[in-house]
Amino acid sequence: MQESMAQSFHCLYDCYGPLVGNLVLIPAVPMVAAGVIALLKQPRRKTAAALAIGSLSFSLIYSLFAFAYVVSGWMHGLPVRETVNFSWLTFGDGSVDLGWILDPLSAVMLVMVTFVGLLIFIYSTGYMAHDENYTRFFCFLSLFAGAMLGVVIANSLLLLFMCWEIVGLTSYLLIGFWYQKPSAAAAAKKAFLTTRVGDIFFILGIVWLFAQTGTLLFYSQGAGTLEPTALAGLLSAPAGLGLSAATAIGLLIFAGAAGKSGQLPLHVWLPDAMEGPTPVSALIHAATMVAAGVYLIARVYPLISAGVQPGGTTTALTVVTWVGAATAVFAALIAVAQNDIKRILAYSTVSQLGYMMAGLGLGGVAIGMFHLITHAFFKALLFMGAGSVIHGSHEEQDVRRMGGLRNSMRITWLTYLAGMLALTGFPIFFSGFWSKDAILESAHHWSAGHGPYFLLVFGALLTAFYMTRQVSYVFFGEYRGDGHAHESPRVMTMPLAILAFFAIALGVVGTPAWPWFRSFLTDRPAWFDFGGFHEPGLLALMLTSTAIVFLGYAIGWALYGNKSPRAEEPDALEKAIPPVWTALSNRFYVDEFYGGTVIAFYYWWARVADWFDRRVWGGLVALVVWFFGMLARFDRFFDENWVNGGFDKGCEELSVGGGLLARVQNGRVQTYLRLLALAIVVLAAILIWSSRG
Amino acid sequence: MNVVFWILAVITVLGGLTAVTLKNTVHCALAVTTAFAGLALLFLQLDAQFAGFAQILVYIGAVAILVVFAILLTRGSETPAEGVFSRTWFAGLLIAAAVFAVLGWAVLHSVAALPNESAAPAVTVLQIGTALMGRYVLPLEIVALLLTAAMLGAVIVAMHEKGEQK
Amino acid sequence: MTPLAGYLLVAALVFAVGLAGALTRRNAILVLIGIELMLNAANLNLVAFWRYSPHPELLTGMMFAVFSIAVAAAEAAVGLGLVISIYRHARTTDLDEMNRMKG
Repeated sequence: MQESMAQSFHCLYDCYGPLVGNLVLIPAVPMVAAGVIALLKQPRRKTAAALAIGSLSFSLIYSLFAFAYVVSGWMHGLPVRETVNFSWLTFGDGSVDLGWILDPLSAVMLVMVTFVGLLIFIYSTGYMAHDENYTRFFCFLSLFAGAMLGVVIANSLLLLFMCWEIVGLTSYLLIGFWYQKPSAAAAAKKAFLTTRVGDIFFILGIVWLFAQTGTLLFYSQGAGTLEPTALAGLLSAPAGLGLSAATAIGLLIFAGAAGKSGQLPLHVWLPDAMEGPTPVSALIHAATMVAAGVYLIARVYPLISAGVQPGGTTTALTVVTWVGAATAVFAALIAVAQNDIKRILAYSTVSQLGYMMAGLGLGGVAIGMFHLITHAFFKALLFMGAGSVIHGSHEEQDVRRMGGLRNSMRITWLTYLAGMLALTGFPIFFSGFWSKDAILESAHHWSAGHGPYFLLVFGALLTAFYMTRQVSYVFFGEYRGDGHAHESPRVMTMPLAILAFFAIALGVVGTPAWPWFRSFLTDRPAWFDFGGFHEPGLLALMLTSTAIVFLGYAIGWALYGNKSPRAEEPDALEKAIPPVWTALSNRFYVDEFYGGTVIAFYYWWARVADWFDRRVWGGLVALVVWFFGMLARFDRFFDENWVNGGFDKGCEELSVGGGLLARVQNGRVQTYLRLLALAIVVLAAILIWSSRG
Repeated sequence: MNVVFWILAVITVLGGLTAVTLKNTVHCALAVTTAFAGLALLFLQLDAQFAGFAQILVYIGAVAILVVFAILLTRGSETPAEGVFSRTWFAGLLIAAAVFAVLGWAVLHSVAALPNESAAPAVTVLQIGTALMGRYVLPLEIVALLLTAAMLGAVIVAMHEKGEQK
Repeated sequence: MTPLAGYLLVAALVFAVGLAGALTRRNAILVLIGIELMLNAANLNLVAFWRYSPHPELLTGMMFAVFSIAVAAAEAAVGLGLVISIYRHARTTDLDEMNRMKG
């Protein structure tokens, strides 16, 4: 058993080569580039962009080499999981270790992040060309890229958390990039604080995990927290409420992921994050940062799924699934009633993140990660397309003031269409279909009920509906904005085209006929076999989802297609079901609810703390000050009157005494004579008196 | 204690008292001469004839004359307006009284230790002469030197001023 | 009271009188007179002690007194010369006014 395990992992122990040994360069180089750009002056735009793009290109090439290495290992039947660990802090017996890991999961993520990131960097040179803070933008982008890559390759939960926090920081900086706008500053603060709530639970989970297992490394020659020994220990440790420590820690870590990935209670920051520039929305809030939460769950999947029986599920997995499914539907419903082009896409992102989480919970790492990868490509594509549309219609963001752009912006239209079809899950040709179907299939076969399945199917219907609505508003009908719309420059449309290609092509690696992706991630061999389609119920499922999607298209087209409603008219759906529309367009009043409860409480608490600080602590300080003032005044009084005065008085007396004594020397001979005689008298008296006795 | 002693004592003391209390300085000089005389007679009574006569010769014959000469030469400041006694004469008197008190106390205290009677010494001039040239020759010479120096000094002191006065 | 004690008392009295004069009179010459009285009193003491000493043939006391007389005479001469010279300078012999050496 031991030997097969050793064989099943090529170089499980620290026998890594220079490729893995220097893997830390992948995140380090962009971070260093960010540092250098930070020192540049504002006019040096080309240098900043060149540094950022150059560093990320380096990371991309390195990631491709690493990916090739992992693939070659997999193809030879020796799956790769190589780690480099080192001790960071030592205290007594224990130590806190950091390290990085190269395995199929991180290899795939590395390639995706660097590739999409690089395309968006190039896109940004065009999008932000007229912005005066160009240099600062690329500094933050580069820092973000470095930190995100750090999250991907981290083998230690602590290192992951540190990079996680840097990612959160850069998200704050980039959302509030145009900080002079109060709405942008507020949105940045909201994003940071909301993810902070999740991070609190995350930290609790980290600390608990460290206390329970004594290490935060994932894989470390059998001693890591995701390895069987530690997991067995965690499963047996109780955590109250009938849960095991593994479940509790898993839920805590999921809370952190929920914050970052905008799952249901903590989703409120994502739509507001659209205040940032569009490349930021594309990179951070579509493709990469929000996917970090999903990646985290995929990474700690052994912990979440600890103790699972074959064909069954664990408590943590159930929670993940339900939260994901609920988020998917909730966000899709709200997306239906939004009018800002980016906000629709934002809620769509929240919904799709819900799908990814549900996929992880229902089907495992491969299912969830496949959707993450495909989503990254087509969502980035959609956001960049939206950016192109905004740019082309002169910074207009309301869909009701756009229209007919398929004629004036052909490339954007075609690539956007490709992205939209991929997102909604147009069958066969688009990657989104395969990834979403894999999730639906797992949902259908789930052992703990069919609730998620129905929710996800409903979500698919809504996705198709609201995307059709958006596309109709933007690209069909007549142009309702000011002036003329024009196509965007090549530096912006080229990345669109590349992403569109991948939005289509990636589907190939995830079909049941050739489940390459799943096999790669789960270390099973894969071969091309159309027999994969003959699994029972699979074709029926595919047909069902296709039907749902087309139903969505039909309803959408019926309500919005080729009509050009003005902004002042009520929406077609609003006319149909007004109360539902109001709820949806006000986003189910979640923000207002938070504002009334959490935030109001927080402000009250802040006032209390301020009063306390000013009155109580301030009073104490004032008391101390008063006391010292009194002490000082007494001291001064003492010094002036007693010390100085005493001294002065003494000198005065000395003077007086001296004056008195000086009178003896009055220059008169008789006085001296008298004194002499007196002295002799006294002396004689003493002598006689003493001799008497 | 015979009567002569008492009379001579009274003369001496009175002479001294008048010498220090009279206003006219010349009268004081004369009074002190009386005191000197009284003392010389006391010496004679003590069988110190040589000392008695030396006292008469030197004190009455030279010192008193000197004093009178000095008085005459400084007569410009006769009887000052504020009086002959110093402003703080009482303190001086007290101190003198204290001195007398101590001396008297010492004498009376040691009465028992003092010899009562003794034979009169038979001192001849020959003995005195022999003593002067023998035992006391050194003091004699030194006193001679001293006298010379004093004489010279007095002359110089008095003469210098003379030159200035011109 | 023994004869010696009598003489000693007389000498003490004369001494005190002379001291009183030296301490209280304004005129410098009278101070010198007082000093002469004091010296005389001391001489009397010496001679009295000689007379009643156990070995008067040594002549110590009387010789002492004789030399004392000689020295007193010299001192009187010098002293009076000084008084005259001061008188010439300060136009007065009043001791109360001579406080140039005041400290």
